[in-house]
Formats: sequence, structure tokens, C-alpha cells
Amino acid sequence: MKFTEEHEWLRVEGDLVVVGITEHASSQLGDIVFIELPDEGTTVSKDDEIVVIESVKAASDILSPLDGQIVEINEMLVDEPSKVNEDPVGDAWFFKMKPDNMDQIDEYMDEAAYSKLIS
Amino acid sequence: MSDKLMHTPLNNLHKNSHVRMMPFAGYEMPLQYKNGIMSEHLHTRSHAGLFDVSHMGQVVLRGNDFKQTAKALETLIPMEVETLNVDRQRYGFFTNSTGGIFDDFMFSNRGDHIYMVVNASRKEDDIKYLRENLEPLGVSVRNLENRALIALQGPTSQKVLEEHFPKISKMRFMDVSTIPIAGAECWVSRSGYTGDDGFEISIPSQAAEIVTTSLLEHETVELAGLGARDSLRLEAGLCLYGQDIDATTSPVAAGLKWAMHTSRLSGGDKEGKFPGAEKILSEISDGTEYKLVGFVPLGKAPIRANTELFGHDSSSDKIGWITSGSFSPTLKHPIALGYVKKEYSIQGNRVNAQVRGKLLEIEVTQLPFVKKNFKK
Repeated sequence: MKFTEEHEWLRVEGDLVVVGITEHASSQLGDIVFIELPDEGTTVSKDDEIVVIESVKAASDILSPLDGQIVEINEMLVDEPSKVNEDPVGDAWFFKMKPDNMDQIDEYMDEAAYSKLIS
Repeated sequence: MSDKLMHTPLNNLHKNSHVRMMPFAGYEMPLQYKNGIMSEHLHTRSHAGLFDVSHMGQVVLRGNDFKQTAKALETLIPMEVETLNVDRQRYGFFTNSTGGIFDDFMFSNRGDHIYMVVNASRKEDDIKYLRENLEPLGVSVRNLENRALIALQGPTSQKVLEEHFPKISKMRFMDVSTIPIAGAECWVSRSGYTGDDGFEISIPSQAAEIVTTSLLEHETVELAGLGARDSLRLEAGLCLYGQDIDATTSPVAAGLKWAMHTSRLSGGDKEGKFPGAEKILSEISDGTEYKLVGFVPLGKAPIRANTELFGHDSSSDKIGWITSGSFSPTLKHPIALGYVKKEYSIQGNRVNAQVRGKLLEIEVTQLPFVKKNFKK
């Protein structure tokens, strides 16, 4: 698993990358009450704002970690946004994307580096 | 002002309570504790939440007697003060010369003086303003820096205080009393900022931690932070200074006419004679261009402060803006307050909020969002 400085996790599944937010991010955000996901099929560039997360207190954006195409979104989160607080690294993934270039993922942190970042 | 954040007398207590602190009005204040805003909010509605609001200003006005002090304060506000009974509290606000609001506050008659609680972000300005205007009238203005202030809010609040002072049940909404809690002289008012029953308790700073700890010992009481305080007051449809009301907003547009006493309005025996009176009295008779109303979004997205509002015609001009918006933990959907042109302000009317480039439908709704539960 790889991690971004924006507190996203990236997990490779074949030629796809599954993206979600870390435990640390979900606890910092607090109670999540709304999630807006991109449409399936959307072509995105790295750092595009593609997910909106709203907690009771405030809104935040999730940036696309890679160039590519959104191939699947986790519809469950639209009805149950609080799942992101319960299981951010498991069931509550945000989207699966097909990156233009899988090598782009190498620039991100491994778990040890990420743990250091948030410690 | 220095960058160093000020601490309330309860700072250590917070830091031993899994708190997340935030800067607010120059103070380091609790945003939330370990269970989070949603849980603290719901616990306050079902049991009792305890909030540190020691950052707020506590001010004593003292003239020769209450009557003189009351008359002096009346020169700055559109409320009736003279007829306020001993140990009763009222809501008030300073108006400014352009008919806006300088600050809003609670004030009470404590026999020989007036006790006020003003907003943290405004207290320096308020005290300067009060001194400039009231000292020439023979009224002294004292900023009480040696007292903490906590709010115990929610349906079990009375039960909690009864353990310290059984006669507390005799207090009605907006009564004020001096009672001992854990050996300290506390000034208690039956009031709050959540729309629920509750008490605001002023405590000598050195006893703040002991008193707070003894209230927290009750099984129904949990600490709650400023995050829950904000979502609770929004559900109750209560304005927050600096957000829903400020120096540029009309108290009439903000729906605060109820707080202005008839004796101070047109035809009253003490008509006008407060800053901006001419403008405010004409707004009462002629109406205002905008009105503050409650909104419920039809969708699930919270509509936040500063969101612009439009009519249904896509080419329409801006017709209003949101001043407070959040998710209502009680109602489980988003709620918001905002100003909208009067012709759009009718209950049930739908307007569009522009959120991230999209127009989302929101509906004008009755305030408060959650029914008030005061002790009559």
C-alpha cells in the first residue's frame, strides 16, 4: 500500500488502483456526513479535486493521486458516509481508477514513511 | 495582540480529557473531545453537555443604584432595562449609528448592579465602548477577569445541579441566582445557547476546576466542545455574532425585533434614543430588503456560510447568501441560516444555492429547526 501527503491510501488491484483515506485522516475530519464522488468514466489528472468530504464542521477535498480514469466508485458511501469513520482502510474505499501510467504510484510513501509523517 | 493563545481556567482539565483544541477569539478552546461533535451534540440533547465558555466576557456595570445603571445602558441598546426585575436576565444587543449590531449579549439585574455576558471576539471592543459611554454617566464598567464561565445544557441539567442545590428546580427560564457549588460562590442563570433547558454558571477562577469536576461526576454529564455548541445553537435557530449578525446587519432583518421592547419603539414612552434608532424604527415600519431565514437543503450536501443564493431563473441576480450552515445531528440532514430578499423569504419557497459550481435546491423553513425546550 502507498500513501500520499494528502492522507490517501492507494492499493494496487491488477491494473487498477483503489483509493481511500487513512485512519488518521478520517479521525481528523471527525464525523463525516456527506460524500460526493466523481462519475464513473471520468478522466482525471493528478491533483484534480475529485471527491468532496463534509464533516459536521467543514468541507474538504480529496485530490486525484494519479492521471487516469475513474472506473468504479463506492456507492455505499453516498448513503452511509459514516462508514468512512468506521472502516476507512477497508469497506470505505472511495474509487477505483485505471492509471495512465502505473509507475506514477512509485513517488508515494510506503507505510513506514507515512507513519513517520503523522507521528 | 500577541500570537500566544490565552488559556481559560479549565485548560488543564481539557488537556486531560482527550480534547482537540482550536484557536478561537485569541483563546485555546476545545473544539471537541474524544467522542466527537456528533456524539457530544446528541448527548447534550438527550442528557447534558458541559461547555467551557470562559473566553466570553463577564462585565459588571455599577452606578449609584440599579435605576441609574439601567438608564445609562438604555442609551446604548433598544431594550427596556429599568423594568427588569431583580435576578432576571434578558437578551440584548448594542446597535451602532448605522443601524447595525455592535455585539449581542445577556444582561441581568443583580440588585445593585448589572451583570453582562458578551461575546469573546467582541469583549475588548465592548468594554472600551461601555467605558467611553457609561463612565461619563457615572456608571463604572468592570471586566471580570477572575471568573470562569461554563454552560451545563440539556434535559438532565436540573437534576445534576439539584445534587448541589436542591432549590435549583425553582428557577425558571432566565432567572439568575447565586448558589454554592462545591463550596464556591457561583452565579447561575437558567439559560443557554442550545435551545434546551440548561444553566450558565460563573465560577471564581480558582474554583473552576473543582466545580466543573464535581458536575462531571454526575453520570449524565459529558464535556462538549465549541463544535457541538455551534451545531446546537444552529438547530435552535440562534444567531452567532460575526456570522449571522454583525456591524452591517439590521436587527430587524435578522428577526431580532422580539428582543426590542415596545417602550423603545415608535409610540413607546422611551421611543428611540439608542444608536441607529431612526434607521431601525423605519425598518420596523417599512420592512427590510433582506430577511434572515432558515433553510433545509433538499439534497444531502451541507450548505456552508458564504454560499450565494439565486432564484430559479438561471440568469437571475444573487438574491441572498448563507451565514451559517451545518449538518443537524438531531434531524440527520443539513440545515442553514441565511439572508434572502424578502419576496423569497416565505416558508416553503425554494431557492438555489451555488455549491462548487452547481445549483442545489434549498427550501425556506420555520425556525427553530429543533423545538426549544425551556423551563417555563
